[in-house]
Amino acid sequence: MYYIDPHNHMVSRVTDDYERLARAGCVAVSEPAFWAGFDRGSAESFRDYFRHLTEFEPKRAAQYGIKHYCWVCINAKEAENVSLAREVIAILPEFLDRPNCLGVGEIGLNKNTRNEAIIFLEQVDLAARHNELILVHTPHLEDKYQGTRMILDMLRGDSRIRPEKVLIDHVEEHTIRYALEEGYWVGMTLYPVTKCTPQRAADMVEMYGTERIMVNSAGDWGPSNPLAVTDFIHEMRMRGHSEETIRKIVYENPLAFFSQCPRWQFESPLAATA
Amino acid sequence: MPLTKKEVFERYFLELRCKLLDAAAILDRIRRAPGDDEQLRNDPRIGQLRRALEVLASERTNYAEEIQLIFSRPYDPDWQQKFDLSATNP
Repeated sequence: MYYIDPHNHMVSRVTDDYERLARAGCVAVSEPAFWAGFDRGSAESFRDYFRHLTEFEPKRAAQYGIKHYCWVCINAKEAENVSLAREVIAILPEFLDRPNCLGVGEIGLNKNTRNEAIIFLEQVDLAARHNELILVHTPHLEDKYQGTRMILDMLRGDSRIRPEKVLIDHVEEHTIRYALEEGYWVGMTLYPVTKCTPQRAADMVEMYGTERIMVNSAGDWGPSNPLAVTDFIHEMRMRGHSEETIRKIVYENPLAFFSQCPRWQFESPLAATA
Repeated sequence: MPLTKKEVFERYFLELRCKLLDAAAILDRIRRAPGDDEQLRNDPRIGQLRRALEVLASERTNYAEEIQLIFSRPYDPDWQQKFDLSATNP
């Protein structure tokens, strides 16, 4: 089955992973900007990272027939340094109109601090002024519930933000309902230990339906599986769900969300084979 | 066609048994290890684990969400006033 991985940090992965993704049916990836595993020392370091995302990575993906898209932002963890974060926000407009850039993300909260909230709001403002899509990172583990509720409060407080243009990512059993009820898209991240197993993702689909729901691998430099979406596909098949249902979650939903960005230029392989 | 209750039970029974045994073995491993029992007794995560096990042992309709909330920091609806975000315009 063809699928789109809406969240995969390919800069952290080897080229062999692109080949494995292509063989598994992945036709496009979207790569949010994130933490490098250490705090960067200057805004110039981010500029190089954004060039990597918008110039080099699409070429590497294209060798395997995969379309590569990205998002730019200052991530929540480094947002604690407000002055550096503001320097990074100032350079984001240089990259927002790059051909493979889908919007501002993954912005959000990490430890739910005041500084993180300040920088989150400033990036929401940037996205609103440029009419960009937003991809939101919700915090990990014990901070997720509180942080997700805070993020939804902040988004609700900005009347320019249309929920259908926002993806709330890394939802789990205790947060998915809040995001869906307010009209946002949601992403379930398949990290077996710290986020969501393919089985629990399938459970949430059974409980909440297939509207505005996606699954992603969030493959990165830590323990993660860039092909995790195929594990979800397998689990859904084993439970007897139809190919049509599965395709909606792993292909049609990401396509519908990303298509709101005018830079999303994607020729469906399904159309080519029809 | 989605699986019936009986089919789901049969499919996942061994996996569920295995995960409960894993949890039991981890608790045994902690108990066996050298060190101070008192230190662990005061760790709030022990209380969270106990509450999660109590949820599993009772009749519920949404086990996963309830256990997630046990391991979550609480949400304060007045957090924006406490952070005083109005004074932070760049």
